[in-house]
Amino acid sequence: MADMTSGERDLSPATGAIHRHYRQLLATRRLYSLIAVAGVAIVLVLALLFANEASSGKFIDRLPYLFDFIKNFVPDDPFEIVRAMFDLPSPYADGSFKYDYEVGRHYLFGTGFYIPEYFFEMLVTLNIAFASTLIGGLFAFFFCFLAASNLGVAGPLRWIVRRLFELMRAFPEIVLAGMMAAVLSLGPIAAIFAVSVHTVGALGKMFFEVVENADMKPDDGLRAVGANWFERVRFAIVPQVMPNFVSYFLLRTEINVRASTIIGAVGGGGIGEVFRQAIGRDHAAKTYAIVILLFLTIVAIDQLSGWLRRRLVGNAAFQFGA
Amino acid sequence: MSAITLSEQERNRLHRAHPEVFHRSIWQRWGALLLVLGALGYLAYCWSFFDVGQKLSEGKWERASIYMADWISWEAQPRFRFQPDGSIQIEHQRFSPLGENPDPDWMTTLPDGREEVTFGSADDRVEVASTGVVAVLGGVAYDVAFSGEAALLPANAPAAMTEKNGRVTVDFGFAGSAEIRATQVLIRRRFLGWENFWFDTTSPFWGMGLPELWTSVTTGPQIEPDRSNASLALHEFLTNSEWQHGDVLNKLLQTIVMAFVGTLFAACLAFPLAFIAARNVTNSKPANWITKRFFDFTRSVDMLIWALVFTRGFGPGPLAGIAAIFVTDTGTFGKLYSEAIENIDDKQREGIRSVGASPADVNRYGIVPQIAPVVISQTLYFWEANIRGATIIGAVGAGGIGLKLLEAMRTNQDWENVAYMVVLILGVVFLFDSLSNAIRSRLIGSAGH
Repeated sequence: MADMTSGERDLSPATGAIHRHYRQLLATRRLYSLIAVAGVAIVLVLALLFANEASSGKFIDRLPYLFDFIKNFVPDDPFEIVRAMFDLPSPYADGSFKYDYEVGRHYLFGTGFYIPEYFFEMLVTLNIAFASTLIGGLFAFFFCFLAASNLGVAGPLRWIVRRLFELMRAFPEIVLAGMMAAVLSLGPIAAIFAVSVHTVGALGKMFFEVVENADMKPDDGLRAVGANWFERVRFAIVPQVMPNFVSYFLLRTEINVRASTIIGAVGGGGIGEVFRQAIGRDHAAKTYAIVILLFLTIVAIDQLSGWLRRRLVGNAAFQFGA
Repeated sequence: MSAITLSEQERNRLHRAHPEVFHRSIWQRWGALLLVLGALGYLAYCWSFFDVGQKLSEGKWERASIYMADWISWEAQPRFRFQPDGSIQIEHQRFSPLGENPDPDWMTTLPDGREEVTFGSADDRVEVASTGVVAVLGGVAYDVAFSGEAALLPANAPAAMTEKNGRVTVDFGFAGSAEIRATQVLIRRRFLGWENFWFDTTSPFWGMGLPELWTSVTTGPQIEPDRSNASLALHEFLTNSEWQHGDVLNKLLQTIVMAFVGTLFAACLAFPLAFIAARNVTNSKPANWITKRFFDFTRSVDMLIWALVFTRGFGPGPLAGIAAIFVTDTGTFGKLYSEAIENIDDKQREGIRSVGASPADVNRYGIVPQIAPVVISQTLYFWEANIRGATIIGAVGAGGIGLKLLEAMRTNQDWENVAYMVVLILGVVFLFDSLSNAIRSRLIGSAGH
């Protein structure tokens, strides 16, 4: 705060001692903070040097050219992006993959009506995200009560369920997808499996923490009239925790839309895969079309789920979490 | 519980006293059921949309058990080839895990010239001769004779012995199998564990036990004239051709660095920007609006998009990953921090302003102490989450262990390497989980969990 030394000489001896002591503590604290900041700074510099060494393009040398590829990454005209998005024929078509927008059309009901390719791939990604959130949410819901410490579940069982949640949360998703892909070949099912498993772990942790914070009075009441464990959970705990559960479920839906995009890019299908191909092959119009579509979808999903969460649990819904 | 009987009068009284219990809206009565049915209906739709039934039935499920076994075990595949003169030539696969000149104790040459392979116990073995093979399963011997180009299944063969296209396969379960043909016998012998984990077969330290290795490193004769045995051993360990410890550890460190640097930079940039975005600190609608939309933009453009864009810009490597995490999390942190600032208790600022502090001091002592717990705990949460996230964006080329994992899985041959990397990643995730928990409780007390 503002300098205090000026007033020191007017202090009584006792207050002066307190004041000196306070300044001493402050100095120690500042020293520790300084050491901590210096430590982080040293680690940061080492990390940057390491990353620079490991990057095939040297960081400092490459920095001025970072956005160079974007200069050459412009569509022939702005309407190309619209054509790419809605699979309309391109006036620049030369038979190459760059302009083959019509090829990806998904016809419904004969030949009169089609879903444009990227909208269809977006639907695939969204279905992956929603299906795996549902599956993961169902499993997390049924197992979270076994992990909560306030429901009288046997200690060893609780320990096992918690460790299982942790394992499912930490297990790398691409390995889960790869394991399924080895058996079923790459595709959305492998992606659903991977994202579902992760969702069970992540939601399970959130859910059992909500259960542990529940008010136990309804439980006492049901116990007093002789209800068994399932009845106590169903009628005392579930009604209390449901709003928070749904809120976390919606938050996880947002996260899973992003996760299934990424897992799509490493072979899970959907919009992620077509995006990786488009940017990898320098197809500017297609890339921008996908970026715009993806951006709008994610914003729409976030807004929708944010609105639903606010309605359910008020402003507490804004908590993020790992 | 015994049944409770109510009189008509009592029932009517209860109906009147608690109408909300007895007359519930359609939504209250059927809502939960409708939601469950809707969810099941949606899953059924996904089942047909992704053609799950078809894909599951087409799956190569018989391979799944082999892949899973590969996680924790390895296989030697010696081949006994019958020569025209009746002798038997033993061939090992290239780069055999048994080394250059293998002589394992489960392969023996019997006094009469036949070759014997045992599968875990003396009761399960195969005796190979060019005139015919004897398979012993559980102590019972079955003769496999040859007829021209084909091996013949014995009449009393158990279920573990099958014949296909003139080849008889004897299944010994986990211990392996033997494929008997008229020209050769192919043995697959499986062992628990990770083979040659420390040193590969070309290393001078290969096959040494721990005590032997210790003597060699500390007091043994120098193997290479210009370097000590300890440094040679370290070098041989890191360049193990099968496990590639050096490369794997390097890539793992890259992943950690990506998460650390990306998160730290994002926090450093988002912190000042959050003050501009907060309505109650910066009294300018356009400035609030622009910073908030900037946060929304960087947050909503997926981390994948940033990863691919920066991979194009920087070339593949951890810098692309750092940049992707940095940009995405700047948006996330900015949103979180600015919301924290907007929700502070204004009394502390008023108090500090009332004693004549400068605007910078008002922010420093009126706001920062209030938002510090949120800032620290959220930043640490995202640091943890980013270590996991960095694994996966690495797979699209943004550096780190992701690509290495993807490559190891692609061939379906190296599941033990995948297992090794998974163990390392899990270890790192749990380590940083506890580390960030420790930092969090040290800095903001246990209430911050």
